[in-house]
Amino acid sequence: MTITSIRQQLLSGETNPTKLIESISEQIIERDSQVQAYVSYNLEKALADAQEADISKPLGGIPIAIKDNINVLGEVCSCGSKFLVKGYISPYDATVIKKLKTAGAIPFGRMNMDEFAMGSATENSAIQLTRNPHDHDRIAGGSSGGSAAAVADHTALAALGSDTGGSIRQPASHCGVVGLKPTYGRVSRYGLVAFASSLDQVGPITRSVDDAAHILQAIAGHDPRDTTSLNEPVPDYLAEINQGVKGLKIGIPAEYFTEGIHAGVRKNVEKCISKLENQGAEIIPISLPHTSYVVATYYVIAPAEASSNLSRFDGIRYGNAAPNPSDIIDLYYQSRENGFGPEVKRRIILGTYVLSSGYYDAYYSRAQKVRQLITRDFQQAFQLVDAIISPVCPTPARKIGACSDDPLQDYLSDIFTIAANLSGFPAISIPCGTTSYDGSDNLPVGIQILAPRLGESILLRIAKAAESEIAAKDFSS
Amino acid sequence: MPNTRIDVRYVAKLARLDLSSEEVATFQIQLESILSHVESLSAAYLPDDLKGDQSLLLGSMRDDLPGESLALDLVLHNAPDQSQSQIKVPKVVADA
Repeated sequence: MTITSIRQQLLSGETNPTKLIESISEQIIERDSQVQAYVSYNLEKALADAQEADISKPLGGIPIAIKDNINVLGEVCSCGSKFLVKGYISPYDATVIKKLKTAGAIPFGRMNMDEFAMGSATENSAIQLTRNPHDHDRIAGGSSGGSAAAVADHTALAALGSDTGGSIRQPASHCGVVGLKPTYGRVSRYGLVAFASSLDQVGPITRSVDDAAHILQAIAGHDPRDTTSLNEPVPDYLAEINQGVKGLKIGIPAEYFTEGIHAGVRKNVEKCISKLENQGAEIIPISLPHTSYVVATYYVIAPAEASSNLSRFDGIRYGNAAPNPSDIIDLYYQSRENGFGPEVKRRIILGTYVLSSGYYDAYYSRAQKVRQLITRDFQQAFQLVDAIISPVCPTPARKIGACSDDPLQDYLSDIFTIAANLSGFPAISIPCGTTSYDGSDNLPVGIQILAPRLGESILLRIAKAAESEIAAKDFSS
Repeated sequence: MPNTRIDVRYVAKLARLDLSSEEVATFQIQLESILSHVESLSAAYLPDDLKGDQSLLLGSMRDDLPGESLALDLVLHNAPDQSQSQIKVPKVVADA
């Protein structure tokens, strides 16, 4: 089922919002003990909201699962962290939640995630491990692993995630669903708990490209509460979605099809590109010459911003507080040491180091300059092409625990998704088939489409054309 | 690029993290491995027109104007300790 098909059922009277919430609740009870996508959900509140739902609105009566770093008034917002799970109840709605509610949607469920969105496996959650619905021994991806796994496992119709270096697109790829990271500034960050403020964006995870367009339509737009929100008109994202790819120029970057890609990933992505060419797209080889620097650049800038953003977690205003500190400095030390998990500590230390006196120019300032070179690569490419296509990840989902002692290996797997965050351009991940990998069959593979700034309409149009060609496995059945 | 040797315990103190000895040993290896990878940035040719901050990427921000804020009781609701409508903290000033 998709939002589009459920909307038809709601409007025809075949179902109603209460039945829909009850049905999803039954699925959660039946299935989620295995996958563990949900941190919590408030059935009573959702049923009360369903009673009041106005199904004439664009998302009227549609339940949307929410990543656990987005504030929903009155609900715990844990960020997958011990620091917040017992000490923070959201005192307000994030702007994206207000907008979803205005469109008639019902926020339902808090979705598991890597602690403070730091990770690409949802193994870094302090609350639970989320498993891939296609193979429970494998990661769901991350950091929005709970959101993607629930949508893939049919325990949620659609979800919101956040994407700082691929955290919507990579789990969507690993779980065989659609994930969209909008242009930086297209969707408000107000009420999203900050990880790296120049990179973070909220976006939808859905079972179809149309559904992603429906949710983007509801959450996009200017917000004076977010200082970096773009004050630009929001187009009708569904108006051009079925126009096909005939005449569009699609760039294929040589640097994204290197020897390190799993053969099954390459085959599926190339097959999808070939089908788009058959539909009339012009396929153009391009180069993004600074691709080899994206991971290094990201792992200076993101930890630097994280170390600053997470200084607010001090045991004073909210969250974990040490019980008997000797003084205020001891309160900071104890609250943070006991409240944060290893990945968060590692990134705070890395970020503090690259911003510290004597190292700032060598690391942070240099990384900011390389970030501009990476952005220029894309700007120059978009002079030649309307969009760019690549794999989302070099491999399908790995086994749980395979990178536990070597974080750098996990970081390197982000190589294809990070550039969209560093440059601010929009990108979408859609399923493009399945492959065998490391002893498992039928693991989902994702294709990534990138577009120029505010090019979400083109992005969705190409994604819809590609989606129509996918015959390997229908993940939305 | 500087040497990738990092004094983990010292930097952790700057970040107000009181790491255990085991954590220091683990992070030492992992962070030096990450910094070795970051060192690849030193090979990038940097033209003179590049800026070392985010101003080009983020563009101009809106004016910082006062507006409606959260109600006091909502702000205080999550505070671990409070008194007389204020957040209570341990003693900040040391004894003379």
